[in-house]
Amino acid sequence: MPSSSSSTRPRATWGLTLAALGTLLFLHVPMWIIFLYTLTPDETTYTFPLPGFTTKWFGVALQRADLWRALTLSFQVASIATVAALILGTLAAAAVYRSNFFGRESISFLLVLPIALPGIVTGIALRTAIGGLDIPFSFWTIVIGHATFCVVVVYNNVLARFRRTSATMIEASMDLGANSFQTFRYVVLPNIATALLAGGMLAFALSFDEVIVTTFTAGQQTTLPIWIFSQLSRPRDRPVTNVVATIVILITFLPIFFAQKISADASDTEGETK
Amino acid sequence: MNNPSAPAIRFEKVSRHFGDVKAVDQVDLEIGDGEFFSMLGPSGSGKTTCLRMIAGFDRPTSGSIHLYGKEVSSLPPYDRDVNTVFQDYALFPHMNVGDNIAYGLMVKKVAKEERQKRVDEMLELVQLSGFAGRKPSQLSGGQRQRVALARALINHPKVLLLDEPLGALDLKLRQQMQIELKSIQKRVGITFIFVTHDQEEAITMSDRIAVFSQGRIEQIGSPSDIYERPASAFVAGFVGTSNLVSGEVAKRIIGSDQTFSIRPEKIRLGSANDKPAADMLSLDGIIRDVVYLGLYTRYLVEVDGSVDLVVIEQNLKTTSMDVLSAKGQKVRLSWHKDHMSRLGG
Repeated sequence: MPSSSSSTRPRATWGLTLAALGTLLFLHVPMWIIFLYTLTPDETTYTFPLPGFTTKWFGVALQRADLWRALTLSFQVASIATVAALILGTLAAAAVYRSNFFGRESISFLLVLPIALPGIVTGIALRTAIGGLDIPFSFWTIVIGHATFCVVVVYNNVLARFRRTSATMIEASMDLGANSFQTFRYVVLPNIATALLAGGMLAFALSFDEVIVTTFTAGQQTTLPIWIFSQLSRPRDRPVTNVVATIVILITFLPIFFAQKISADASDTEGETK
Repeated sequence: MNNPSAPAIRFEKVSRHFGDVKAVDQVDLEIGDGEFFSMLGPSGSGKTTCLRMIAGFDRPTSGSIHLYGKEVSSLPPYDRDVNTVFQDYALFPHMNVGDNIAYGLMVKKVAKEERQKRVDEMLELVQLSGFAGRKPSQLSGGQRQRVALARALINHPKVLLLDEPLGALDLKLRQQMQIELKSIQKRVGITFIFVTHDQEEAITMSDRIAVFSQGRIEQIGSPSDIYERPASAFVAGFVGTSNLVSGEVAKRIIGSDQTFSIRPEKIRLGSANDKPAADMLSLDGIIRDVVYLGLYTRYLVEVDGSVDLVVIEQNLKTTSMDVLSAKGQKVRLSWHKDHMSRLGG
């Protein structure tokens, strides 16, 4: 048997290859269907093969003011929720990492809990709380709802990074004459920058396509996913919905793709220095 | 404000308690200007806590610390003219070697040309010229150690603190760095305070040594003081190996049951009918065990059927055959009475 010098791992059997391929198709074919039917001239039905080919729905979608409003709102909510998550998540991670206080482990667990809870529970809890406090449902209540799970993502990323960096680095910086601000600016921030970027992108993507919590915390506002949901009852708009779905796939795909790439690169280089 | 004639570091009844644990307990200490001073002790003896209080990472529970006559106990680390070489080096992984070394100047907003000039000087001092562009991850352990040293020295601190900086290096490299550290210290003329648990390292490098145990200083003195005149049973046992003799046997030898210590290499092995000189003390025993170690041989000699003394002799004329056959022989042990030290307490 010829031994391959480049790799010591055995090759996958054809059965395993087939299973992997099948899983990938199962996951991705529905998305291609969406993309395919953005190009159909037929408005209401999904016929195959396509009766023709047109790109007019992209134009139609761009003309729709309600769509633009929803897209802008989603963008604003995701941006603000992400910024809030970056600040709060980093502070929480720093507190849990640096100080050893009573109930630290419980706090850490409580911080991570919202992402493990079903969205519907978080949603109902938030609706009850916000309603009970007589706060009007608005743009800001959506942001608060989204921040609950965005904070977790940033917190986890930053805490993991803190745990991999040497604690004496901060002391070394202070020892060499840097005050707290300079230490944060020149030592802490560069070391957690990629974790912040990765966490932030993930948080943005999560917020951007969130439906359940938004349903409970929104007033009259319609975010993009909710707009798409409401389109289901309008069969004649189906190709427009498909166009929008394609856009959402792209907008969420890119940040997650880069976030993964950044985390992978960072863990490569960090491995050497430790 | 600073008094150049004052000691570099002065501890005045300094204590540091963590809950019920007295990590440092009422320590008084003076370290002179330009001294190479070692704090020696087992882990948990308080030496590192003392170092951290000088650096400013920790504050005394009570007492005060003075740097050249100026009280610094409550100043933050960045307001003290003291720099540290950390045990794990604590280099900044995202900066190259040059930026790491220049960090202290950068945060003090020293102009770029000046910075460059001093980084080059430092790189030369630690023999790393040409390494400025490398990342810490591309350096060996010994090279990282030199970068950490250069980074700490660039601010021209009044005192340099070294926290077991050679611990992670292998034996050969460690011995080389010991010599190099000593010569760098002579060249820059800065007071070095060196924390270590390695007694050989402390003896090799230091002008003076403080031996720590359980938060207190057991003894302060020159390496030869510490080695030849240990003040307590702890020091005698921790620095090198020592034979401690007390009780009946001690009474028979020195006329009182006070404990005394005698180093294994100071004891001479002679045949059972040897007549020792007048200023020598002697004792009869039986060789119970012999360990041949190449350069020297270690004997375990039973005295009085109860006490075992370790004796070391260099293999000047003897071979392994000679020494191993000595087992079971009756011998007379003798040593010069100046070579033993009576221990207090």
